Amino acid sequence: MNPEIGHYALVLALAVAILQTVIPIWGARVGDAALMRVGPALAVAFFGFVSLAFAVLTVAYVQSDFSVLNVVENSHSLKPMLFKITGVWGNHEGSMLLWVLVLALFGAMVALFGSNLPATLKANVLGVQGSVGVAFLLFILLTSNPFIRVMPAPAEGQDLNPVLQDIGLAIHPPLLYLGYVGFSITFAFAVAALIDGRIDAAWARWVRPWALAAWAFLTVGIAMGSYWAYYELGWGGWWFWDPVENASLMPWFAGTALIHSAVVMEKRDALKVWTLLLAILAFSLSLLGTFLVRSGVLTSVHAFATDPTRGVFILGILVFFIGGSLALYALRAPMLRQGGIFAPISREGALVLNNLLLTAAAAAVLIGTLYPLALESWNGAKITVGPPYFNLTVGALMLPVLFAMPFGPLLAWKRGDLAGAAQRLMSALAVGILIALAAAYMQGGGPLLAPLGMGLAAFIVIGAVVDIAERGGIGRVPAATAFARLRGLPRASYGAALAHAGVGVCLFGIIAETSWNAERITGLKIGESFEVGGYELTLARVEPRNGPNYRDLAGVFTIRRGGTEIGTIESSKRLFTARNMPTTEAGIRTFGFSQLYVSLGDELPGGGIGVRAYWKPFVTLIWLGAVIMALGGALSLSDRRLRIGAPKPAKTKPIKDKPASKPDAAPAPAE
Amino acid sequence: MHRALLLALLALGLLAGPLHAVQPDEMLPDAAQEARARQLSKELRCMVCQNQSIDDSDAPLAKDLRLLVRERIKAGDSDGQVMDFLVSRYGEFVLLRPTLHGANIVLWLAPFLVLVVGGAGLWLAYRRRGSRPAPTAPLSNEEEEKLRRVLSENSGDVTKL
Repeated sequence: MNPEIGHYALVLALAVAILQTVIPIWGARVGDAALMRVGPALAVAFFGFVSLAFAVLTVAYVQSDFSVLNVVENSHSLKPMLFKITGVWGNHEGSMLLWVLVLALFGAMVALFGSNLPATLKANVLGVQGSVGVAFLLFILLTSNPFIRVMPAPAEGQDLNPVLQDIGLAIHPPLLYLGYVGFSITFAFAVAALIDGRIDAAWARWVRPWALAAWAFLTVGIAMGSYWAYYELGWGGWWFWDPVENASLMPWFAGTALIHSAVVMEKRDALKVWTLLLAILAFSLSLLGTFLVRSGVLTSVHAFATDPTRGVFILGILVFFIGGSLALYALRAPMLRQGGIFAPISREGALVLNNLLLTAAAAAVLIGTLYPLALESWNGAKITVGPPYFNLTVGALMLPVLFAMPFGPLLAWKRGDLAGAAQRLMSALAVGILIALAAAYMQGGGPLLAPLGMGLAAFIVIGAVVDIAERGGIGRVPAATAFARLRGLPRASYGAALAHAGVGVCLFGIIAETSWNAERITGLKIGESFEVGGYELTLARVEPRNGPNYRDLAGVFTIRRGGTEIGTIESSKRLFTARNMPTTEAGIRTFGFSQLYVSLGDELPGGGIGVRAYWKPFVTLIWLGAVIMALGGALSLSDRRLRIGAPKPAKTKPIKDKPASKPDAAPAPAE
Repeated sequence: MHRALLLALLALGLLAGPLHAVQPDEMLPDAAQEARARQLSKELRCMVCQNQSIDDSDAPLAKDLRLLVRERIKAGDSDGQVMDFLVSRYGEFVLLRPTLHGANIVLWLAPFLVLVVGGAGLWLAYRRRGSRPAPTAPLSNEEEEKLRRVLSENSGDVTKL
């Protein structure tokens, strides 16, 4: 296809987006139903044109059309097909196009599935969504056009950055963008509510699924990025507090707070103004993340765009949307009525505490990321804010969240009984202490932080189980009754418990990996062995290989445990010929939840080859935990209440069982 | 034969390129000193890299710094002295953990300030809201009378109220 078609489609998309911004909001303002009805059609057309542009660019990549500058700079005819396709968003221009594509997709989904939304709310939401589209399409067309031609066309492209030639590029950015941009919908709902000057529990019921979906995508997106960095960068680390990682973590914290406060708003009609602010903050932080990554203002491991004009443009977008929405918030929020009173010790109170601490954590990441910039522009001093700062501050803020997490769901709405919740958590606490003692025994001295952390992780996981068991009334009512109750529990309850358990699983992996990992750095000749984490590795052979667009030098190690051979592990250094850039392909073998990680170094002066090997106990739980969290989100999302917007009609009367003694124990069927 | 192969590949340029992070030949023979060096390396920034400690970095400068740290440790410097030496040479930019002086105090306290201010704001809002629903005024005599009448009419059948 002709690249100009893509370019033209983008211009048309811009025109449509402008109409989408103006007409529905105008219609809502003057109360013209016909004008408001134009919104959905425009949103779908917007999605259609952006899809067309994206398809044209993809075709240019697939066909290696080197008359397009973007393809020349980021592709190569010998590149495997998968990476030709993923290469579309493995660069600045293409990734911005993907950003807008996701934005348009979500807008179209609101247009198509939002038939039960109040007309003015829907019109305003689509209008706000359109305005974000206008800003980013202008950005693409004016500063980052992927369809620019080059004359004369070179015979061969410059290939994609080798680090990006990985399956990770196919998974990580799309998921991350689904998360980032997903918050644009909650943002649009928040701004629409402010424009309308009206907000109610039905609003929260609409916003919550979007927030949940965006949050679940962002969670998996971040986890996949972390795993990708882990195996591709070859340092064995999985989180670097890199500004780009921080950029995705900030909206994650805000989004986590949002999905919790939206529950309070939906169920209790409280915390409205705060929920609105969080919805604005989550997307603002996504925009800020986009700015940090795309402008190259903080050069970091991932930054592949360094052009100040782009930075200034995105900064403008940032100021307009964040400033505008916050100004609107300041103007309109005081007019919104608050509802639902609650005592400090209550489910609401616990969720407020969660919100407060998560927001402070987001602030810590934000401050740590931007402080060096601010300081340098203030007095020219150059300092570094590195991992120790983030570990300390975020860690200190997360500790109370983690500890309070099992208590929250066991507290009743309005007024809870902390002592009662603690009593019901005794079994979880006992398991936690047991695990901590076992860990301390296995560790045999050393810092106490590791056993305590593992105990806390176990407490969280068992606490989630206790939450469900309590809702079923297990141990207090006959088994059949408890089973019936468990069956009747809304999926959102299971989702929440699953997500909480996922946090515990993730925490366990983090603690185990950081405190118990073993590392060996050594020089090895063929036939020589070394030991790491109880495994004996022998360098069996070193062999060269050829890939489609790289040359590989692979070291093959045999693994022995207790003298018996249990397999081999392969680690290689890869040289991508087009860019003459080497990458490490770490050799990873998974045993249970733990991994053996081998990374190949250089030829040593005295003969042999440098090898860096790690034993990483329970490391996979870090990502598995994140996936469990996201699954919890998905399970909650599949709840009928969220899909249909109505609770399941009770087929039979709720079973009566000492309702007075535990008013909070079986809220499920009645909800 | 394998050695020849390695050398051939080296000649091909396959193994050239950036050095690998900590190399075996850099390491100190004394395990305790080496452990200290590793610990310090994790707190020091490779200044030419993008957000990497000298322990993780492949850059030649990081290697130089790693060797420098080990040299100072071998010379008998304490951890603090090693860090001070590097800061005097390269400035605070080299420290991954910002110091607690001057403007940096703001950096360290800011997250907790957010927490305290947010908590105080919430508490105030709670206090204000808590007092908002004004205590219900006691029923007037006529109202009491009316209530009694209604109650007696229905003779305790609450559902009809």
